Amino acid sequence: MTSPSDFTPLFSRRQVIQMFAAVSASFGITPQANAATVGVADTFAKGYGTDPTLTKLYKPGDVWPLTLNAEQLRTVTALCDLILPADDLGPAASAVGVPQFMDEWISAPYPLQQEDNPVLLEGIAWLNTEASKRFSKSFAELDAPQQATIADDICHITMAKPEFREAAQFFERFRSRAAAGYYSTQEGWKAIGFVGNITSATFDGPPAEVLKLLDVEQTVK
Amino acid sequence: MPIITPAKAQLEYDVAIIGSGAGGGQMAYTLTLAGIKCVMLEAGRSYDPQTETPMFMTGSQAPLRGAGTPDKDFGFYDATIDGGWDVPGEPYTQASSKKEEQFWWWRARMMGGRTNHWGRISLRNGPYDFKPRSRDGLGFDWPVTYAEIDPYYTKVEMLIGVYGTNSGMENTPDSPEGVLLPAPKARLSELVSQKFGKKLGIPFMPIHRAVLTKPLDWLNIPKKLHPGNQWAQKIVADSMMRRAPCFWATDCGRGCSISANYQSTTVHLPPALATGNLDIIPNAHAREVLVNDEGKATGVLFIDKTTGKEERIKAKAVVIAASSGETVRILLNSKGGKGIANSSGLVGRYIMDTVGTKVTGHVPILENVPPHNEEGAGGSHTYAPWWGYKDQAAGKLDFARGYHIEMGGSRSMPIGNNPVPDDLVRGSYGKKFKQDMRRYYGSIVSYACRGEMIPNEKSYCELDPQVKDKWGIPSLRWHWGWSEHELNQAAHARRTFTDLIESMGGTVRHDKTEAARDYIEPGGKIIHEVGGAIMGADAKTSVCNGWNQTWDVKNLLICDGSPFASNADKNPTLTIMALAWRAADHLIEQAKQGNL
Repeated sequence: MTSPSDFTPLFSRRQVIQMFAAVSASFGITPQANAATVGVADTFAKGYGTDPTLTKLYKPGDVWPLTLNAEQLRTVTALCDLILPADDLGPAASAVGVPQFMDEWISAPYPLQQEDNPVLLEGIAWLNTEASKRFSKSFAELDAPQQATIADDICHITMAKPEFREAAQFFERFRSRAAAGYYSTQEGWKAIGFVGNITSATFDGPPAEVLKLLDVEQTVK
Repeated sequence: MPIITPAKAQLEYDVAIIGSGAGGGQMAYTLTLAGIKCVMLEAGRSYDPQTETPMFMTGSQAPLRGAGTPDKDFGFYDATIDGGWDVPGEPYTQASSKKEEQFWWWRARMMGGRTNHWGRISLRNGPYDFKPRSRDGLGFDWPVTYAEIDPYYTKVEMLIGVYGTNSGMENTPDSPEGVLLPAPKARLSELVSQKFGKKLGIPFMPIHRAVLTKPLDWLNIPKKLHPGNQWAQKIVADSMMRRAPCFWATDCGRGCSISANYQSTTVHLPPALATGNLDIIPNAHAREVLVNDEGKATGVLFIDKTTGKEERIKAKAVVIAASSGETVRILLNSKGGKGIANSSGLVGRYIMDTVGTKVTGHVPILENVPPHNEEGAGGSHTYAPWWGYKDQAAGKLDFARGYHIEMGGSRSMPIGNNPVPDDLVRGSYGKKFKQDMRRYYGSIVSYACRGEMIPNEKSYCELDPQVKDKWGIPSLRWHWGWSEHELNQAAHARRTFTDLIESMGGTVRHDKTEAARDYIEPGGKIIHEVGGAIMGADAKTSVCNGWNQTWDVKNLLICDGSPFASNADKNPTLTIMALAWRAADHLIEQAKQGNL
């Protein structure tokens, strides 16, 4: 059996508990210190358990309560659409529910998501503080070029100046999660070039033009 | 379907089978079609792939877009329910706090066990694999030869349906003409790997997987499987007819609602149930095999998880097929914790997993490839069998046993995770980011080592002296250790895959300064654990004989991976089934002679 993803490590519950303990410590989260942050074992909402119904449709908020207030959701929406705008490849992130997915993600009662929670919430707050500092507006109220002046400072973690390093870590993680949300949709599949999830009478392998491009021949006759 | 509660069980059965996966499923199939009355105990709930498999469901329909969580380790849509690295209420412990001495134990508490989600990779052991000690002086020989198991491999392949081609390669057996189903066309990354692999002497070719690439020949196969038994032929033909060939969509790990791939729940259990000779009790957590004063098995003591009460069933013979760890646990917990079938002291000893390590690379020539459908048969189409037997025989390698290569790299369905490593986009966002994602998607390849581990004294499990599960049954405690053979093998694989990726002009995505101890997967992680009740030529040095029968308790058979005396690089499931079929035939023969 191969793990299903090359990019997201799978953790055992033991590791995850250890990891979570470390994360809690590093962010100084306790229920008393930050009641708005879901994030300590005792206050875990219930997950979907080990035997959820797999054939029904779920939407964010169905299994555990969501976290973001209206202002935070506006900021998340603006950043999602800045990263994944409408263009010739497909709709904007907000048109396919990515902001709601981000809310579901940071609200989830699982360790990986719990680790993301403070990073993303603090990052969102930072964006608004920065927007206010530079333009006296919230991030969502900025026009595209104004948003870009902030984004350009934090979009590349290895190029970011030291004062933007922490914000760049947030941006990297946000972009990766938003991409997970966007490309898991049918619109996202079209945008990235995934073709499938449809029945077919035969499997023909790569088309001739693709074989030619890579200078290979089909070896299974 | 006679899926029953303990209250509905008969007073006595011919055979009680613990476990409903590959081994238990095969035993139930073979025994019931020979007219033997069986009861099967499954620790998990009943499960119906036809109605429960999330075929075609998309990430956007799942919580967290389908990403894996501790509740569903391999993703929301993975077929495993009530299972994973940790099962609530059923702890296991580690003897050591050192990571490299720990064992990851995957369990699936559900009808069909792990067969519902497995990779369907179905490789035969070769002649060397049954006599490894005779070849290199390490580990143990099996008390059986390839020639003895060969006909059972063929039967299993015909029953479950396996695609692939005959390679003619050393110690990589061919199947008889006409047995294998057509191999699916290779995907782009597989063809590219084949082309560049050839220059390095790595033979990429079609893999063998239990997926129907065309309908099974239900007119003729049942006659070959059950000569002279027309009743069995009809039942098997009816069951085969209901299986549709693959429609080239949906990952096999979700299970299959059209029964195109093998899982016990769609291939073994339906015909066994159709005989009327099988009762299945789900939610039955086996605690002990009951034995009488003469040392014969008389039945099974189990917990009915729906009531929490202890229940007993009686049988003339008992089969355990609960997976290595659980089988060991049942054996050691029997007789009120004194243990059975353990006069050798070897129950729990020589647990083996597969040596695993993976190298991932970014390959620029695979960027910006025109979109096309690469879903295929819901899993791998291509692998490279071990090609280094000659080098090993010539003493050129610093590890004794082989590995095969499994590969990934198709344009598979994005679900739950970022489909492209974030660093590749170099900080882009907006329109540029979407173009980058399209560019890099499909340009990541990965190669996984699946290698033979030699049994050793450090790798075993035993009862934990303190920890118990929620029913008060003692839990397992694990011990683990690799030898230099495994570490050197992983290092060889790492170098080989790195060379391959770099020969394509690609860049590997790992830290080249790491040592093998850092990148070899932990024990158990590949979920190929076997051993713990190894078979051998005599009762002093083994737990089972060559018929999967325990030496000490003659009417107790062990029909999962536990009797494996070695763990060839070939994935264990096909061999579990072949040995189980053969053991069942032997049991039927003994029953006829009145030896039970």
